[in-house]
Amino acid sequence: MSTAQTHSAQNLTLADCLLQETGVDIRRCYQCGKCSAGCPMAAEMDYPSSVWMRMLQTGRPDLEKAVLKSQSIWLCLSCESCYVRCPMEIDIPRVADFLRAASKRRGLVHPRARNILRFHTAFLDSIRYTGRLYEMGMVVDYKVRSRKWWQDLLTAPGLFLRGKLNLLPHRVKHPKAMRKLFKWAAEDKEARI
Amino acid sequence: MKMGYYPGCSISGSSREYGESLLAVLRALDVELAEVEDWNCCGASAAHNLNHTLSLALPARSLALAEQQGFQELLVPCAACFSRLAATRKALMADDAKRRQIADLVELPMKNIPVSINLLQLLQRVLPENLKEKLRAPFDYKVACYYGCLLVRPAEVVEFDREEDPEEMDRIMEKIGAAPLDWAFKTECCGAGFSVPRTDVVGRLCARILDDAVSRGAEAVIVACPMCHSNLDMRRQASESHSGKKYTIPILYVTQAIGLALGLDAKQLGLQRHIVPVRLSAGKSSQILENAPA
Amino acid sequence: MARIGVFVCHCGENIGATVDCARVAEACRKIPGVAHSVDYKYMCSDPGQTLIREAIAQNKLTGVVVAACSPRMHEPTFRRVCSESGLNPYLCEMANLREHCSWVHEKSDVTTDKAIDLVAMLVEKVKRNKPLHPIKVPVTKTALVLGGGISGIQAALDIANAGHKVILVERDPSIGGHMSQLSETFPTLDCSQCILTPRMVEVAQHPNITLYTYSELESLDGFIGNFKTRIRKKARSLDEKLCTGCGLCTTKCPNKKIPSEFNTGLGMRTAIYVPFPQAVPNKPVIDREHCTYYTKGRCRVCEKVCPTQAIRFDQEDQIVEHEVGAVVVATGFTVKETDFFPEYGYGKYKDVINGLQFERILSASGPTLGEVKRPSDGRVPETVVFIACAGSRDPAKGIEYCSKICCMYTAKHAMLYKHKVHHGQAYVFYMDIRAAGKMYDEFTRRAIEEDHVQYIRGRVSRIYERNGKLIVQGADTLLNAMPVEIEADLVVLATAGVANEGAEALAQKLHVSYDSHKFFVEAHPKLRPVETNTAGVFLAGACQSPKDIPESVGQASGTAAKVAALFSMDELTREPVVAVVNRTAPPLYSTCVGCFLCQSACPYQAIEREEIKNRNGQVVKTIAKVNPGLCQGCGTCVAFCRSKSIDLQGYTHEQVYAEVMELLS
Ligand SMILES: Cc1cc2nc3c(=O)[nH]c(=O)nc-3n(C[C@H](O)[C@H](O)[C@H](O)COP(=O)(O)OP(=O)(O)OC[C@H]3O[C@@H](n4cnc5c(N)ncnc54)[C@H](O)[C@@H]3O)c2cc1C
Ligand code: SF4
Ligand code: SF4
Ligand code: SF4
Repeated sequence: MSTAQTHSAQNLTLADCLLQETGVDIRRCYQCGKCSAGCPMAAEMDYPSSVWMRMLQTGRPDLEKAVLKSQSIWLCLSCESCYVRCPMEIDIPRVADFLRAASKRRGLVHPRARNILRFHTAFLDSIRYTGRLYEMGMVVDYKVRSRKWWQDLLTAPGLFLRGKLNLLPHRVKHPKAMRKLFKWAAEDKEARI
Repeated sequence: MKMGYYPGCSISGSSREYGESLLAVLRALDVELAEVEDWNCCGASAAHNLNHTLSLALPARSLALAEQQGFQELLVPCAACFSRLAATRKALMADDAKRRQIADLVELPMKNIPVSINLLQLLQRVLPENLKEKLRAPFDYKVACYYGCLLVRPAEVVEFDREEDPEEMDRIMEKIGAAPLDWAFKTECCGAGFSVPRTDVVGRLCARILDDAVSRGAEAVIVACPMCHSNLDMRRQASESHSGKKYTIPILYVTQAIGLALGLDAKQLGLQRHIVPVRLSAGKSSQILENAPA
Repeated sequence: MARIGVFVCHCGENIGATVDCARVAEACRKIPGVAHSVDYKYMCSDPGQTLIREAIAQNKLTGVVVAACSPRMHEPTFRRVCSESGLNPYLCEMANLREHCSWVHEKSDVTTDKAIDLVAMLVEKVKRNKPLHPIKVPVTKTALVLGGGISGIQAALDIANAGHKVILVERDPSIGGHMSQLSETFPTLDCSQCILTPRMVEVAQHPNITLYTYSELESLDGFIGNFKTRIRKKARSLDEKLCTGCGLCTTKCPNKKIPSEFNTGLGMRTAIYVPFPQAVPNKPVIDREHCTYYTKGRCRVCEKVCPTQAIRFDQEDQIVEHEVGAVVVATGFTVKETDFFPEYGYGKYKDVINGLQFERILSASGPTLGEVKRPSDGRVPETVVFIACAGSRDPAKGIEYCSKICCMYTAKHAMLYKHKVHHGQAYVFYMDIRAAGKMYDEFTRRAIEEDHVQYIRGRVSRIYERNGKLIVQGADTLLNAMPVEIEADLVVLATAGVANEGAEALAQKLHVSYDSHKFFVEAHPKLRPVETNTAGVFLAGACQSPKDIPESVGQASGTAAKVAALFSMDELTREPVVAVVNRTAPPLYSTCVGCFLCQSACPYQAIEREEIKNRNGQVVKTIAKVNPGLCQGCGTCVAFCRSKSIDLQGYTHEQVYAEVMELLS
């Protein structure tokens, strides 16, 4: 039985799941807006962090879905400015991590955030097989996924000339161990909510 | 015992000048490092963005290897790696079950997880008090020390300096004769992992940082993180197209500035690898630095 | 043979909904020695009390157990009922079925079983109760008031006007407290000094008030009606009787660059100084930390210029002793500085100030003579940002409670600023506007509607300085948390109101409790708001929690009424719950062996030595004796006595063992 069913069967709100999985209690949020006030991305977000906190507090499925469908959760840079200033010490970036995983699993990723997701995915795929990041391979992979062929063409040769790009990937000695870790992490409960 | 060294992917790739200058400076200071054998990528922001368990599992393997290789402390010069490794250690120390699960998976004991320290912490320790006397070419420039996010936030993970308006890098710069400026963007985000997927965001955020540094008269911005460096240096064009201004201010790794002050060769410090040429005004110190793409 | 009556109260639903009271009454009926057992909905009501009265008479009861709420609530009620029915009141005890049972357990059979146990234990105790008689002690009709802020002033005047002596002790060189620093006061905007100064003068001139300024409490011993207090008069370095307050010394003192506490560091004072022109008493003190004579051994300019030769460099602190019957604690509060907020610059920006500093800037007698000028460069600020809840309601960096006064004074600040700088713009960042008071909400509305203060609902994330401006980064949570950035000239933080420095140490001296924030704790949050748990020690004003002036004054008068009521009696009756050393027939006289361990253990110095003499007047034994006037019934001596010779009346070994044995049986 998937956790998603458990979620609705037990009538747990997304906030309840969040609390269970991460220990972060968003009921503590009293809507002061300080997180949004200092967020470098707030101006671009459809729902700045304090707003998504409120939406989750309501426990309304429609609003929960709107949060998971939002661009905001993907725009969060995990810069932690909000967390260190939140008077209620709510780990907002951790909430964003949780929401992204849930959004991806439920297929609700905002169309305009897909490139960000593609980038993360390309990054992880690169290390899944070699253990270390193969920057050039990752960028090419990302370009294939995002079809952004033109981007970075300007800087890449410069980088190459400056000896900044490795032409071949580096592999760890025990790639099997890497695969085991990835497999185990795929079972992560949070990624399945 | 030698200190463990976790270079991380950037230093092994697009930010190799950070590693080069770091090794050169530490060699000059007689500090020996031993790279953790077979370390792997920490997963950076991609892992914690998508899968919390993975974001612990990836750094955990490298930590476990470091432990097995007998290290109690690890130098992690990349701020992003440092933050991931420190967060992982903290999380696993608090969660025995997860620690044992990971130990089983990587087939390593994971009993005494080594402590990660960032480069500034190491420099604090190893830079001699009388460093000024040993300087061949005091780095007497006005500098804006840029810490970025992950060196100082959140305090309970990194256990380093003040969360707002940190000071340690400024102290180090003073030691090599520089004049660190009191400025407002020491810890404002540069756009971090958005370098590739949202270069426009990086441009907007970096332009604010550069504007503040330049308007206060900084001659160089000093960093201790490959991500910060690449966003401020490699992505300079993005900042310029966002603000419509031209910025010439160079971005130096803290180790490059120290290396110059110690009289090390600019090439050895990897200055030629920067996208924004490192041209520091002549006259103040004995050196004029120029570099051009090869 | 004991004839005990058991009265089980439902306390409405409070007990009745959880405990099967009928079953409790029935079970108790079967306990040997219980002559009568009933349950009733409200025992404390008139019919309930009558029930008890009639039962005592009809059944010739020798003891009563009322199974109801906490004895703190109704023990006096039921003991009075017994006493009116001819039963010694100390033969009545209460079993607490509410706090100890129904409120803390779910409804179940086991809960009722526990209730039965609780009553049965007390039945066993009451069987062994002895009639006791209250102790009478005289009352010293002098009050000690600690703290000379508006609360202390009000309490002192009210008590003095009721005809009693008052000793008022103020830590600072002048009385007045925070109110003397304020500009105008909400909600009426009357000038603070103008309404306060007459009261200060009245204190100084009142024949019933002895004023000790620049003084602190050294110790307090004794008990209600009979305290002994020692007060340290710190050396002012001058003979107060000779000083006429001409002020020549303060104008001639060459040491003029000391930040003035009264002006919150925004102005300067000399080393010999009067904190402010209206100070009471208007006599200077020498600040020995800064005076050149004390630090460098030369100067003595003040001594040379003083026309009455009042300066005394070699004066020492003096200890004065007084006997008092009651103590009023009115030591006030303080507000946080601006330095505890990393994101607001750790206090490094000169133009980020706290509310008290802004009061001084607004005050006509302040460092800018009432003109609004900012500290850094003296310019008139065109844009001022006020930040409410700075450190309040902030578990991360400040305190979790609401400081209560800042919403109002922030509205006042914005309003007064607009009155003085007409073209200026005032912004207030707030989370909620808490203005619940007479004419309070109207006041904050006026700031918005008439004075056009811009209220923005959101907290400020960060302040930084750029080109002489303070960049304030906030958000408007009423507009989808839209970022708001304001270039301000001055930022005023309404910093949290916190307990006064030294509150903890003072509480320990006074034996009163304090909360986790070091505010003093009242005896009951609703019903005994001005009393403490130590009889005879009362509270007034902001030392209990942040309060505004109307509330402080109201509480001070309330306290004064309590003190006056206490002083209306010549004698006090005290509970006879005191320790006694047993006495037996000669030749033993007492099982006390005279080790006097109890004497060293007693925190109230209540244990004396008693010499037992034979018929020839020879001392045959020295044993311990408890002074019932001093004994507080804490029972420490009982625990210390190795020969079990001391018992606490009402809680004897025999009684307590009987209770325990009943529980175990
Ligand atoms: C910025 C600001 C603006 C305000 N504006 C208003 C307003 O407009 N209207 C309004 O109604 N209220 C206002 N208030 C609230 C007002 O200041 C308080 O209500 C009032 O000061 C409380 O009086 P108090 O006597 O209880 O305490 P305090 O004023 O703090 O006085 C306590 C006194 O006790 C003394 N003391 C402290 N410790 C000891 C000790 N151990 N021994 C002896 N003495 C001691 C102190 O020196 C002080 O003199 C404002 C407060 C602030 C901070
Ligand atoms: S800062 Fe914290 S309390 Fe305030 S709105 Fe954001 S999450 Fe809620
Ligand atoms: S961590 Fe994310 S939500 Fe928080 S301030 Fe940074 S970008 Fe905004
Ligand atoms: S009174 Fe108003 S400003 Fe002060 S702490 Fe309470 S809510 Fe905040």
